[in-house]
Amino acid sequence: MASSDEIDIERVASLARLALSAEEKAEYTKQIGDILRHIEQLKKVDVSAVEPTAHAFPLFNVWREDVPVPSLPVAAALLNAPAQRDHMVSVPKVVE
Amino acid sequence: MASEIHDQTVAELAGRLARRELSSEELVRALLARKDAVDDRVKAFNSLDADSALAEARASDARRSAGQSRGPLDGIPIGLKDVIAVAGQPLTASSRMLANFISPYDATVTVKLRAAGAIPWGRLNLDEFAMGSSTENSAMQTTRNPWDLSRVPGGSSGGSAAALAAGEAVATLGSDTGGSIRQPAAFCGLVGLKPTYGLVSRYGLVAFASSLDQIGPFARTVEDAAIVLGAIAGHDARDSTSFRADVPDYREELKQRRGPWRLGIPKEYFGEGLDPEVAAAVAKAVAYYQGLGCTIKEVSLPHTEYGVGAYYIIATAECSSNLARFDGIRYGHRSKQATDVVDLYFRSRAEGFGPEVKRRIILGTYVLSSGYYDAFYLRAQKVRTLIRQDFLNAFHEVDAILTPTAPTPAFRVGEKAANPLAMYLCDVYTIGVNLAGLPGNSVPCGFTSGGLPVGLQLIGQPFQEAELLAIAQAYERGHDWTARRPAL
Repeated sequence: MASSDEIDIERVASLARLALSAEEKAEYTKQIGDILRHIEQLKKVDVSAVEPTAHAFPLFNVWREDVPVPSLPVAAALLNAPAQRDHMVSVPKVVE
Repeated sequence: MASEIHDQTVAELAGRLARRELSSEELVRALLARKDAVDDRVKAFNSLDADSALAEARASDARRSAGQSRGPLDGIPIGLKDVIAVAGQPLTASSRMLANFISPYDATVTVKLRAAGAIPWGRLNLDEFAMGSSTENSAMQTTRNPWDLSRVPGGSSGGSAAALAAGEAVATLGSDTGGSIRQPAAFCGLVGLKPTYGLVSRYGLVAFASSLDQIGPFARTVEDAAIVLGAIAGHDARDSTSFRADVPDYREELKQRRGPWRLGIPKEYFGEGLDPEVAAAVAKAVAYYQGLGCTIKEVSLPHTEYGVGAYYIIATAECSSNLARFDGIRYGHRSKQATDVVDLYFRSRAEGFGPEVKRRIILGTYVLSSGYYDAFYLRAQKVRTLIRQDFLNAFHEVDAILTPTAPTPAFRVGEKAANPLAMYLCDVYTIGVNLAGLPGNSVPCGFTSGGLPVGLQLIGQPFQEAELLAIAQAYERGHDWTARRPAL
Protein backbone atom coordinates (compact mmCIF):
# COMPACT_ATOMS: atom_id res chain seq x y z
CA MET A 1 0.00 0.00 0.00
CA ALA A 2 1.13 3.55 -0.66
CA SER A 3 2.87 5.44 2.10
CA SER A 4 0.93 7.75 4.37
CA ASP A 5 2.97 10.74 3.31
CA GLU A 6 0.95 13.86 2.65
CA ILE A 7 -1.32 13.70 -0.35
CA ASP A 8 -0.59 16.04 -3.27
CA ILE A 9 -3.62 18.20 -2.58
CA GLU A 10 -3.09 20.43 -5.63
CA ARG A 11 -3.14 17.46 -8.00
CA VAL A 12 -6.11 15.76 -6.34
CA ALA A 13 -8.17 18.97 -6.16
CA SER A 14 -7.42 19.55 -9.83
CA LEU A 15 -8.58 16.03 -10.74
CA ALA A 16 -11.73 16.64 -8.70
CA ARG A 17 -12.38 20.04 -10.38
CA LEU A 18 -12.60 21.64 -6.96
CA ALA A 19 -11.22 25.12 -6.16
CA LEU A 20 -9.86 25.12 -2.61
CA SER A 21 -8.68 27.99 -0.43
CA ALA A 22 -5.24 27.85 1.21
CA GLU A 23 -6.93 27.07 4.55
CA GLU A 24 -8.96 24.23 3.03
CA LYS A 25 -5.86 22.76 1.42
CA ALA A 26 -4.00 22.72 4.74
CA GLU A 27 -6.99 21.34 6.67
CA TYR A 28 -7.83 18.58 4.18
CA THR A 29 -4.20 17.54 3.82
CA LYS A 30 -3.98 17.02 7.57
CA GLN A 31 -7.38 15.37 8.04
CA ILE A 32 -7.02 13.05 5.07
CA GLY A 33 -3.56 12.14 6.34
CA ASP A 34 -5.16 11.05 9.64
CA ILE A 35 -7.80 9.03 7.80
CA LEU A 36 -5.21 7.38 5.52
CA ARG A 37 -3.14 6.38 8.53
CA HIS A 38 -6.22 4.59 9.90
CA ILE A 39 -6.85 3.01 6.50
CA GLU A 40 -3.21 1.78 6.44
CA GLN A 41 -4.29 -1.11 8.65
CA LEU A 42 -5.84 -2.74 5.57
CA LYS A 43 -2.25 -3.57 4.63
CA LYS A 44 -2.31 -6.23 7.37
CA VAL A 45 -4.92 -8.28 5.50
CA ASP A 46 -3.68 -11.00 3.17
CA VAL A 47 -5.72 -10.45 0.00
CA SER A 48 -3.42 -12.32 -2.37
CA ALA A 49 -6.01 -15.00 -3.11
CA VAL A 50 -9.13 -12.85 -2.84
CA GLU A 51 -11.33 -11.60 -5.70
CA PRO A 52 -12.57 -8.01 -5.40
CA THR A 53 -16.25 -7.31 -4.71
CA ALA A 54 -17.68 -4.33 -6.57
CA HIS A 55 -21.22 -5.26 -5.60
CA ALA A 56 -22.59 -7.41 -2.78
CA PHE A 57 -24.60 -9.48 -5.25
CA PRO A 58 -23.39 -10.55 -8.68
CA LEU A 59 -24.61 -8.13 -11.33
CA PHE A 60 -25.42 -9.10 -14.86
CA ASN A 61 -26.17 -6.91 -17.79
CA VAL A 62 -29.86 -6.08 -17.77
CA TRP A 63 -31.61 -6.11 -21.12
CA ARG A 64 -34.93 -4.64 -22.07
CA GLU A 65 -36.93 -4.45 -25.25
CA ASP A 66 -36.08 -1.42 -27.35
CA VAL A 67 -39.53 0.12 -27.12
CA PRO A 68 -40.00 3.89 -27.13
CA VAL A 69 -41.56 5.22 -23.92
CA PRO A 70 -42.39 8.79 -22.95
CA SER A 71 -39.35 10.69 -21.66
CA LEU A 72 -38.96 13.85 -19.64
CA PRO A 73 -40.49 16.81 -21.55
CA VAL A 74 -38.03 19.55 -22.54
CA ALA A 75 -39.57 22.05 -20.13
CA ALA A 76 -39.15 19.63 -17.21
CA ALA A 77 -35.61 18.75 -18.22
CA LEU A 78 -34.72 22.46 -18.30
CA LEU A 79 -36.60 23.23 -15.09
CA ASN A 80 -33.38 23.47 -13.07
CA ALA A 81 -30.99 24.77 -15.72
CA PRO A 82 -28.99 27.72 -14.33
CA ALA A 83 -29.26 29.45 -17.73
CA GLN A 84 -31.17 28.53 -20.87
CA ARG A 85 -32.00 29.85 -24.31
CA ASP A 86 -34.14 28.42 -27.14
CA HIS A 87 -34.87 25.15 -25.28
CA MET A 88 -31.18 24.56 -24.58
CA VAL A 89 -28.85 24.89 -21.60
CA SER A 90 -26.72 27.98 -22.01
CA VAL A 91 -23.02 27.69 -21.06
CA PRO A 92 -19.94 29.95 -21.26
CA LYS A 93 -18.16 29.96 -24.60
CA VAL A 94 -16.01 26.81 -24.94
CA VAL A 95 -14.16 27.54 -28.20
CA GLU A 96 -12.83 31.00 -29.09
CA MET B 1 -50.35 3.56 24.12
CA ALA B 2 -50.38 7.33 23.98
CA SER B 3 -53.67 8.87 22.87
CA GLU B 4 -52.67 11.97 20.92
CA ILE B 5 -53.11 11.45 17.18
CA HIS B 6 -49.48 12.37 16.47
CA ASP B 7 -48.24 9.72 18.92
CA GLN B 8 -50.06 6.78 17.37
CA THR B 9 -48.70 4.02 15.19
CA VAL B 10 -49.46 3.60 11.51
CA ALA B 11 -51.32 0.36 12.31
CA GLU B 12 -53.54 2.13 14.86
CA LEU B 13 -54.18 5.08 12.57
CA ALA B 14 -54.94 2.80 9.63
CA GLY B 15 -57.55 1.05 11.78
CA ARG B 16 -59.12 4.35 12.84
CA LEU B 17 -59.17 5.61 9.26
CA ALA B 18 -60.78 2.36 8.07
CA ARG B 19 -63.44 2.58 10.79
CA ARG B 20 -64.04 6.25 9.86
CA GLU B 21 -63.23 7.38 13.41
CA LEU B 22 -60.64 9.71 11.91
CA SER B 23 -60.23 11.36 8.55
CA SER B 24 -56.93 11.75 6.74
CA GLU B 25 -57.47 15.50 6.77
CA GLU B 26 -57.79 15.45 10.58
CA LEU B 27 -54.60 13.37 10.78
CA VAL B 28 -52.69 15.79 8.53
CA ARG B 29 -53.99 18.80 10.51
CA ALA B 30 -52.91 17.14 13.78
CA LEU B 31 -49.40 16.59 12.41
CA LEU B 32 -49.25 20.15 11.09
CA ALA B 33 -50.19 21.46 14.54
CA ARG B 34 -47.54 19.27 16.14
CA LYS B 35 -44.91 20.43 13.66
CA ASP B 36 -45.83 24.06 14.33
CA ALA B 37 -45.49 23.41 18.06
CA VAL B 38 -42.10 21.67 18.11
CA ASP B 39 -40.12 22.05 14.88
CA ASP B 40 -38.57 25.38 15.82
CA ARG B 41 -36.70 23.34 18.46
CA VAL B 42 -36.27 20.00 16.63
CA LYS B 43 -35.51 21.46 13.16
CA ALA B 44 -36.29 18.25 11.30
CA PHE B 45 -38.05 19.74 8.26
CA ASN B 46 -36.22 21.52 5.46
CA SER B 47 -39.64 22.31 3.98
CA LEU B 48 -43.22 21.09 3.94
CA ASP B 49 -45.93 21.74 1.36
CA ALA B 50 -48.94 21.77 3.68
CA ASP B 51 -51.44 22.71 0.94
CA SER B 52 -50.62 19.74 -1.25
CA ALA B 53 -50.59 17.38 1.77
CA LEU B 54 -54.06 18.62 2.75
CA ALA B 55 -55.31 18.27 -0.83
CA GLU B 56 -54.03 14.70 -0.98
CA ALA B 57 -55.59 13.96 2.42
CA ARG B 58 -58.98 15.15 1.14
CA ALA B 59 -58.54 13.01 -1.97
CA SER B 60 -57.82 10.01 0.27
CA ASP B 61 -60.91 10.71 2.37
CA ALA B 62 -62.97 10.90 -0.84
CA ARG B 63 -61.60 7.51 -1.98
CA ARG B 64 -62.48 5.96 1.34
CA SER B 65 -65.99 7.42 1.24
CA ALA B 66 -66.41 5.95 -2.25
CA GLY B 67 -65.31 2.53 -1.01
CA GLN B 68 -62.07 2.73 -2.99
CA SER B 69 -59.45 2.73 -0.23
CA ARG B 70 -56.02 1.58 -1.40
CA GLY B 71 -55.19 -0.17 1.87
CA PRO B 72 -53.61 0.54 5.25
CA LEU B 73 -51.41 3.43 4.07
CA ASP B 74 -54.23 5.28 2.30
CA GLY B 75 -54.34 8.74 3.87
CA ILE B 76 -51.21 8.22 6.01
CA PRO B 77 -48.50 10.90 5.63
CA ILE B 78 -45.00 9.45 5.18
CA GLY B 79 -42.06 11.80 5.78
CA LEU B 80 -39.29 11.72 3.18
CA LYS B 81 -35.60 12.39 3.56
CA ASP B 82 -34.66 15.33 1.37
CA VAL B 83 -32.78 13.06 -1.07
CA ILE B 84 -35.93 11.27 -2.30
CA ALA B 85 -37.56 12.97 -5.27
CA VAL B 86 -41.16 14.20 -5.14
CA ALA B 87 -42.31 15.81 -8.40
CA GLY B 88 -42.72 19.58 -8.10
CA GLN B 89 -41.15 19.71 -4.62
CA PRO B 90 -37.68 20.89 -3.55
CA LEU B 91 -34.89 18.30 -3.45
CA THR B 92 -31.97 19.93 -1.65
CA ALA B 93 -29.93 17.00 -0.25
CA SER B 94 -29.34 19.66 2.45
CA SER B 95 -26.74 21.21 0.14
CA ARG B 96 -26.25 24.72 -1.20
CA MET B 97 -25.57 22.92 -4.49
CA LEU B 98 -29.27 21.99 -4.78
CA ALA B 99 -30.78 24.79 -2.70
CA ASN B 100 -33.11 25.83 -5.54
CA PHE B 101 -33.63 22.45 -7.21
CA ILE B 102 -37.20 21.29 -7.93
CA SER B 103 -37.73 17.59 -8.72
CA PRO B 104 -39.03 17.12 -12.27
CA TYR B 105 -40.27 13.60 -11.40
CA ASP B 106 -41.14 11.22 -8.54
CA ALA B 107 -38.71 8.65 -7.17
CA THR B 108 -39.97 5.07 -7.55
CA VAL B 109 -40.59 4.84 -3.79
CA THR B 110 -42.69 8.02 -4.06
CA VAL B 111 -44.69 6.51 -6.92
CA LYS B 112 -45.22 3.34 -4.87
CA LEU B 113 -46.26 5.25 -1.75
CA ARG B 114 -48.76 7.26 -3.79
CA ALA B 115 -50.11 4.03 -5.30
CA ALA B 116 -50.71 2.84 -1.73
CA GLY B 117 -52.53 6.13 -0.98
CA ALA B 118 -49.81 7.53 1.27
CA ILE B 119 -49.11 11.27 1.33
CA PRO B 120 -45.56 12.64 0.82
CA TRP B 121 -44.86 14.51 4.03
CA GLY B 122 -42.19 17.17 3.91
CA ARG B 123 -38.55 17.29 3.03
CA LEU B 124 -36.55 16.04 6.01
CA ASN B 125 -33.08 17.26 6.91
CA LEU B 126 -29.89 15.20 6.55
CA ASP B 127 -26.14 15.48 6.47
CA GLU B 128 -25.31 17.09 3.12
CA PHE B 129 -25.66 14.45 0.37
CA ALA B 130 -26.18 11.88 3.18
CA MET B 131 -22.53 12.14 4.23
CA GLY B 132 -22.28 12.15 7.99
CA SER B 133 -23.40 10.54 11.23
CA SER B 134 -24.97 13.47 13.09
CA THR B 135 -26.91 15.69 10.62
CA GLU B 136 -24.52 18.49 11.60
CA ASN B 137 -23.17 18.50 8.02
CA SER B 138 -26.45 19.93 6.70
CA ALA B 139 -26.14 23.28 4.93
CA MET B 140 -29.73 24.02 6.01
CA GLN B 141 -29.92 23.61 9.79
CA THR B 142 -28.80 21.40 12.68
CA THR B 143 -31.50 18.93 13.67
CA ARG B 144 -31.77 18.13 17.39
CA ASN B 145 -32.50 14.87 19.17
CA PRO B 146 -36.04 15.06 20.62
CA TRP B 147 -34.92 13.05 23.69
CA ASP B 148 -32.28 15.68 24.54
CA LEU B 149 -32.15 18.82 22.44
CA SER B 150 -28.45 19.34 23.22
CA ARG B 151 -27.66 16.10 21.38
CA VAL B 152 -27.57 15.01 17.75
CA PRO B 153 -30.32 12.82 16.28
CA GLY B 154 -27.68 10.73 14.48
CA GLY B 155 -27.24 10.74 10.75
CA SER B 156 -27.31 10.98 7.99
CA SER B 157 -31.13 10.53 8.09
CA GLY B 158 -31.38 12.68 11.24
CA GLY B 159 -34.44 14.65 10.10
CA SER B 160 -36.35 11.46 9.29
CA ALA B 161 -35.60 10.09 12.76
CA ALA B 162 -36.17 13.31 14.72
CA ALA B 163 -39.46 14.16 12.97
CA LEU B 164 -40.88 10.76 13.89
CA ALA B 165 -39.54 10.73 17.46
CA ALA B 166 -40.97 14.24 17.97
CA GLY B 167 -44.42 13.28 16.71
CA GLU B 168 -44.16 15.45 13.58
CA ALA B 169 -44.65 12.34 11.44
CA VAL B 170 -45.98 8.81 11.96
CA ALA B 171 -43.50 7.04 9.69
CA THR B 172 -40.67 8.25 7.46
CA LEU B 173 -38.19 7.06 4.86
CA GLY B 174 -34.45 7.46 5.05
CA SER B 175 -31.49 6.14 3.11
CA ASP B 176 -28.67 4.02 4.52
CA THR B 177 -25.19 3.84 2.97
CA GLY B 178 -23.17 3.01 6.10
CA GLY B 179 -25.75 3.13 8.90
CA SER B 180 -27.73 6.26 8.06
CA ILE B 181 -31.10 4.69 8.95
CA ARG B 182 -30.08 2.34 11.77
CA GLN B 183 -27.86 4.71 13.78
CA PRO B 184 -30.38 7.60 13.93
CA ALA B 185 -33.11 5.06 14.72
CA ALA B 186 -30.99 3.89 17.68
CA PHE B 187 -30.28 7.47 18.81
CA CYS B 188 -33.96 8.46 18.62
CA GLY B 189 -35.63 5.30 20.04
CA LEU B 190 -37.15 4.08 16.76
CA VAL B 191 -37.32 1.02 14.56
CA GLY B 192 -35.11 1.58 11.48
CA LEU B 193 -34.69 -0.94 8.69
CA LYS B 194 -32.04 -1.02 5.98
CA PRO B 195 -33.31 -3.57 3.45
CA THR B 196 -31.15 -6.00 1.50
CA TYR B 197 -29.31 -4.20 -1.31
CA GLY B 198 -31.59 -4.32 -4.34
CA LEU B 199 -34.91 -4.87 -2.53
CA VAL B 200 -35.97 -1.21 -2.82
CA SER B 201 -35.44 0.81 -6.00
CA ARG B 202 -32.91 3.65 -5.87
CA TYR B 203 -34.48 5.46 -8.84
CA GLY B 204 -35.01 9.08 -7.78
CA LEU B 205 -32.68 8.82 -4.78
CA VAL B 206 -29.82 11.35 -4.88
CA ALA B 207 -26.80 9.06 -5.28
CA PHE B 208 -24.01 8.93 -2.71
CA ALA B 209 -22.35 5.49 -3.03
CA SER B 210 -24.34 3.45 -5.49
CA SER B 211 -23.16 -0.03 -4.47
CA LEU B 212 -24.15 0.65 -0.84
CA ASP B 213 -27.19 3.00 -0.85
CA GLN B 214 -30.61 1.61 0.12
CA ILE B 215 -33.88 3.35 1.02
CA GLY B 216 -35.75 2.05 4.07
CA PRO B 217 -38.35 2.93 6.70
CA PHE B 218 -38.28 4.52 10.14
CA ALA B 219 -41.26 3.47 12.24
CA ARG B 220 -42.46 3.38 15.82
CA THR B 221 -43.00 -0.37 15.76
CA VAL B 222 -41.80 -3.38 13.83
CA GLU B 223 -45.32 -3.85 12.45
CA ASP B 224 -45.31 -0.29 11.07
CA ALA B 225 -41.91 -0.90 9.46
CA ALA B 226 -43.34 -4.06 7.86
CA ILE B 227 -46.31 -2.12 6.45
CA VAL B 228 -44.11 0.60 4.93
CA LEU B 229 -41.51 -1.85 3.60
CA GLY B 230 -44.25 -3.81 1.85
CA ALA B 231 -45.32 -0.64 0.03
CA ILE B 232 -41.86 0.41 -1.21
CA ALA B 233 -40.14 -2.93 -1.96
CA GLY B 234 -40.03 -4.65 -5.33
CA HIS B 235 -38.31 -4.82 -8.68
CA ASP B 236 -38.04 -1.65 -10.76
CA ALA B 237 -36.96 -1.63 -14.39
CA ARG B 238 -35.55 1.88 -13.81
CA ASP B 239 -32.91 0.60 -11.36
CA SER B 240 -30.69 -2.03 -12.97
CA THR B 241 -29.45 -3.11 -9.52
CA SER B 242 -32.99 -3.73 -8.31
CA PHE B 243 -33.55 -7.41 -7.60
CA ARG B 244 -36.24 -9.65 -9.04
CA ALA B 245 -37.44 -10.92 -5.68
CA ASP B 246 -40.99 -11.69 -4.61
CA VAL B 247 -42.29 -9.23 -2.06
CA PRO B 248 -44.21 -11.06 0.65
CA ASP B 249 -46.93 -9.50 2.80
CA TYR B 250 -44.50 -8.65 5.60
CA ARG B 251 -47.26 -7.77 8.05
CA GLU B 252 -48.93 -11.14 7.50
CA GLU B 253 -45.58 -12.93 7.72
CA LEU B 254 -45.08 -11.45 11.19
CA LYS B 255 -48.07 -13.47 12.38
CA GLN B 256 -46.71 -16.71 10.91
CA ARG B 257 -43.13 -16.70 12.12
CA ARG B 258 -42.62 -17.66 15.75
CA GLY B 259 -39.08 -19.03 16.09
CA PRO B 260 -37.27 -20.13 18.10
CA TRP B 261 -34.24 -18.84 16.27
CA ARG B 262 -30.50 -19.43 16.34
CA LEU B 263 -28.93 -16.06 17.08
CA GLY B 264 -25.26 -15.19 16.69
CA ILE B 265 -23.30 -12.80 18.88
CA PRO B 266 -20.13 -11.59 17.10
CA LYS B 267 -17.42 -11.14 19.71
CA GLU B 268 -15.71 -8.44 17.61
CA TYR B 269 -18.69 -6.11 18.18
CA PHE B 270 -18.33 -6.05 21.96
CA GLY B 271 -14.76 -4.79 22.41
CA GLU B 272 -13.04 -1.50 23.06
CA GLY B 273 -15.07 1.67 22.59
CA LEU B 274 -18.45 0.16 23.46
CA ASP B 275 -20.30 2.23 26.05
CA PRO B 276 -21.00 0.08 29.16
CA GLU B 277 -24.68 1.09 29.33
CA VAL B 278 -25.16 0.16 25.67
CA ALA B 279 -23.37 -3.16 26.29
CA ALA B 280 -25.63 -3.85 29.30
CA ALA B 281 -28.84 -3.09 27.37
CA VAL B 282 -27.79 -5.38 24.51
CA ALA B 283 -26.79 -8.14 26.96
CA LYS B 284 -30.28 -7.94 28.50
CA ALA B 285 -31.84 -8.27 25.07
CA VAL B 286 -29.71 -11.33 24.34
CA ALA B 287 -30.82 -12.86 27.66
CA TYR B 288 -34.44 -12.13 26.76
CA TYR B 289 -34.11 -14.07 23.49
CA GLN B 290 -32.54 -16.92 25.41
CA GLY B 291 -35.58 -16.88 27.69
CA LEU B 292 -37.79 -17.21 24.60
CA GLY B 293 -36.03 -20.46 23.78
CA CYS B 294 -33.65 -19.11 21.15
CA THR B 295 -30.20 -20.64 20.81
CA ILE B 296 -27.49 -18.05 21.45
CA LYS B 297 -24.18 -18.77 19.79
CA GLU B 298 -20.94 -16.81 19.74
CA VAL B 299 -19.82 -16.22 16.17
CA SER B 300 -16.77 -14.53 14.70
CA LEU B 301 -16.64 -11.83 12.02
CA PRO B 302 -12.84 -11.65 11.97
CA HIS B 303 -12.48 -8.80 9.45
CA THR B 304 -14.72 -6.39 11.39
CA GLU B 305 -11.80 -4.12 12.35
CA TYR B 306 -11.10 -3.42 8.66
CA GLY B 307 -14.66 -2.39 7.91
CA VAL B 308 -14.32 1.34 8.53
CA GLY B 309 -11.17 1.53 6.38
CA ALA B 310 -12.65 -0.45 3.50
CA TYR B 311 -15.90 1.47 3.71
CA TYR B 312 -14.33 4.93 3.63
CA ILE B 313 -12.32 3.98 0.56
CA ILE B 314 -15.23 2.45 -1.36
CA ALA B 315 -17.87 4.98 -0.30
CA THR B 316 -15.71 8.03 -1.01
CA ALA B 317 -14.54 6.59 -4.34
CA GLU B 318 -18.15 6.11 -5.42
CA CYS B 319 -19.09 9.53 -4.02
CA SER B 320 -16.34 11.30 -5.99
CA SER B 321 -17.61 9.63 -9.14
CA ASN B 322 -21.32 10.25 -8.47
CA LEU B 323 -20.86 13.89 -7.49
CA ALA B 324 -18.85 14.65 -10.64
CA ARG B 325 -22.25 15.38 -12.22
CA PHE B 326 -22.53 18.60 -10.20
CA ASP B 327 -20.61 20.89 -12.51
CA GLY B 328 -22.85 23.97 -12.67
CA ILE B 329 -23.97 23.24 -16.21
CA ARG B 330 -27.35 21.48 -16.40
CA TYR B 331 -28.69 21.93 -12.87
CA GLY B 332 -27.51 22.88 -9.41
CA HIS B 333 -25.49 25.87 -8.30
CA ARG B 334 -23.63 27.82 -11.01
CA SER B 335 -20.93 30.27 -9.94
CA LYS B 336 -21.33 33.85 -11.14
CA GLN B 337 -17.57 34.51 -10.85
CA ALA B 338 -16.35 32.14 -13.55
CA THR B 339 -14.08 33.31 -16.38
CA ASP B 340 -14.47 30.26 -18.64
CA VAL B 341 -16.18 26.88 -18.65
CA VAL B 342 -13.44 24.99 -16.76
CA ASP B 343 -13.26 27.73 -14.16
CA LEU B 344 -17.04 27.40 -13.91
CA TYR B 345 -16.68 23.77 -12.82
CA PHE B 346 -14.07 24.58 -10.16
CA ARG B 347 -15.92 27.54 -8.71
CA SER B 348 -19.45 26.11 -8.85
CA ARG B 349 -18.30 23.00 -6.96
CA ALA B 350 -16.27 25.05 -4.47
CA GLU B 351 -19.26 27.31 -3.74
CA GLY B 352 -21.92 24.59 -3.80
CA PHE B 353 -20.40 21.83 -1.67
CA GLY B 354 -19.84 21.95 2.10
CA PRO B 355 -16.71 20.84 3.98
CA GLU B 356 -17.52 17.14 4.53
CA VAL B 357 -18.61 16.62 0.93
CA LYS B 358 -15.39 18.26 -0.31
CA ARG B 359 -13.34 16.13 2.08
CA ARG B 360 -14.92 12.94 0.74
CA ILE B 361 -14.60 13.99 -2.90
CA ILE B 362 -10.88 14.64 -2.30
CA LEU B 363 -10.34 11.34 -0.49
CA GLY B 364 -12.33 9.43 -3.10
CA THR B 365 -10.51 11.09 -5.98
CA TYR B 366 -7.18 10.29 -4.31
CA VAL B 367 -7.89 6.57 -3.78
CA LEU B 368 -9.01 6.24 -7.42
CA SER B 369 -6.12 8.26 -8.86
CA SER B 370 -3.38 6.76 -10.98
CA GLY B 371 -0.73 5.11 -8.80
CA TYR B 372 -3.01 4.60 -5.80
CA TYR B 373 -5.91 2.62 -7.27
CA ASP B 374 -4.49 -0.85 -6.57
CA ALA B 375 -3.16 0.08 -3.15
CA PHE B 376 -6.43 1.55 -1.91
CA TYR B 377 -9.52 0.91 -4.01
CA LEU B 378 -8.75 -2.58 -5.29
CA ARG B 379 -7.49 -3.71 -1.87
CA ALA B 380 -10.65 -2.31 -0.21
CA GLN B 381 -12.81 -4.25 -2.66
CA LYS B 382 -10.95 -7.44 -1.74
CA VAL B 383 -11.40 -6.75 1.96
CA ARG B 384 -15.08 -6.22 1.15
CA THR B 385 -15.14 -9.79 -0.19
CA LEU B 386 -13.69 -11.07 3.10
CA ILE B 387 -16.17 -9.07 5.20
CA ARG B 388 -19.08 -10.41 3.17
CA GLN B 389 -17.70 -13.94 3.47
CA ASP B 390 -17.48 -13.56 7.27
CA PHE B 391 -21.22 -12.90 7.42
CA LEU B 392 -22.13 -15.71 5.03
CA ASN B 393 -20.01 -18.13 7.07
CA ALA B 394 -21.77 -17.07 10.26
CA PHE B 395 -25.15 -17.64 8.62
CA HIS B 396 -24.28 -21.34 8.22
CA GLU B 397 -24.73 -21.52 11.98
CA VAL B 398 -27.29 -18.85 12.87
CA ASP B 399 -30.49 -17.26 11.51
CA ALA B 400 -29.57 -13.72 12.50
CA ILE B 401 -26.82 -11.77 14.23
CA LEU B 402 -27.35 -9.47 17.22
CA THR B 403 -25.12 -6.46 17.91
CA PRO B 404 -25.33 -2.95 19.33
CA THR B 405 -26.38 -0.53 16.57
CA ALA B 406 -23.93 2.16 17.66
CA PRO B 407 -21.10 2.09 20.22
CA THR B 408 -22.57 4.98 22.21
CA PRO B 409 -25.91 6.73 22.73
CA ALA B 410 -26.50 10.10 21.02
CA PHE B 411 -23.54 12.43 21.46
CA ARG B 412 -23.63 16.19 21.99
CA VAL B 413 -23.96 18.65 19.13
CA GLY B 414 -20.41 19.77 18.31
CA GLU B 415 -18.73 16.91 20.19
CA LYS B 416 -17.24 15.20 17.12
CA ALA B 417 -17.72 17.91 14.51
CA ALA B 418 -14.03 18.89 14.38
CA ASN B 419 -12.70 15.34 14.07
CA PRO B 420 -13.83 13.53 10.92
CA LEU B 421 -12.09 10.26 11.84
CA ALA B 422 -13.84 10.10 15.24
CA MET B 423 -17.14 10.66 13.42
CA TYR B 424 -16.36 7.88 10.92
CA LEU B 425 -15.62 5.42 13.76
CA CYS B 426 -19.24 5.86 15.00
CA ASP B 427 -20.25 3.68 12.05
CA VAL B 428 -18.14 0.68 13.07
CA TYR B 429 -21.13 -1.63 13.78
CA THR B 430 -23.32 -0.62 10.85
CA ILE B 431 -21.05 -0.46 7.80
CA GLY B 432 -20.35 -4.20 7.52
CA VAL B 433 -24.02 -4.71 6.68
CA ASN B 434 -23.78 -2.28 3.74
CA LEU B 435 -20.52 -3.75 2.46
CA ALA B 436 -22.13 -7.22 2.55
CA GLY B 437 -25.47 -6.00 1.13
CA LEU B 438 -27.45 -7.50 4.03
CA PRO B 439 -30.65 -6.35 5.74
CA GLY B 440 -30.13 -4.68 9.12
CA ASN B 441 -32.76 -3.58 11.60
CA SER B 442 -32.30 -1.37 14.65
CA VAL B 443 -34.93 -1.72 17.38
CA PRO B 444 -35.14 0.14 20.69
CA CYS B 445 -33.70 -1.98 23.53
CA GLY B 446 -33.73 0.37 26.50
CA PHE B 447 -32.54 3.70 27.80
CA THR B 448 -29.38 4.89 29.51
CA SER B 449 -29.48 6.26 33.05
CA GLY B 450 -29.50 9.70 31.39
CA GLY B 451 -32.68 8.85 29.46
CA LEU B 452 -31.14 8.32 26.02
CA PRO B 453 -32.43 5.52 23.78
CA VAL B 454 -30.27 2.50 22.97
CA GLY B 455 -30.61 0.43 19.77
CA LEU B 456 -30.22 -3.29 19.19
CA GLN B 457 -29.11 -4.21 15.67
CA LEU B 458 -30.39 -7.42 14.09
CA ILE B 459 -28.61 -8.50 10.93
CA GLY B 460 -30.35 -10.95 8.63
CA GLN B 461 -29.65 -13.05 5.59
CA PRO B 462 -30.18 -11.57 2.10
CA PHE B 463 -33.88 -10.97 1.30
CA GLN B 464 -34.98 -12.50 4.63
CA GLU B 465 -36.61 -9.28 5.86
CA ALA B 466 -39.74 -11.18 6.94
CA GLU B 467 -37.70 -13.38 9.28
CA LEU B 468 -35.64 -10.43 10.50
CA LEU B 469 -38.75 -8.39 11.34
CA ALA B 470 -40.31 -11.38 13.12
CA ILE B 471 -37.21 -11.79 15.28
CA ALA B 472 -37.31 -8.06 16.09
CA GLN B 473 -41.01 -8.22 16.95
CA ALA B 474 -40.48 -11.16 19.31
CA TYR B 475 -38.28 -8.84 21.38
CA GLU B 476 -40.54 -5.81 20.98
CA ARG B 477 -43.58 -7.72 22.22
CA GLY B 478 -41.95 -8.31 25.60
CA HIS B 479 -40.95 -4.68 26.19
CA ASP B 480 -42.60 -1.27 26.27
CA TRP B 481 -39.76 0.86 24.87
CA THR B 482 -41.66 1.71 21.69
CA ALA B 483 -44.56 3.16 23.72
CA ARG B 484 -42.38 5.85 25.28
CA ARG B 485 -42.31 9.38 23.89
CA PRO B 486 -39.85 12.19 24.56
CA ALA B 487 -41.05 15.14 26.65
CA LEU B 488 -40.98 18.11 24.29
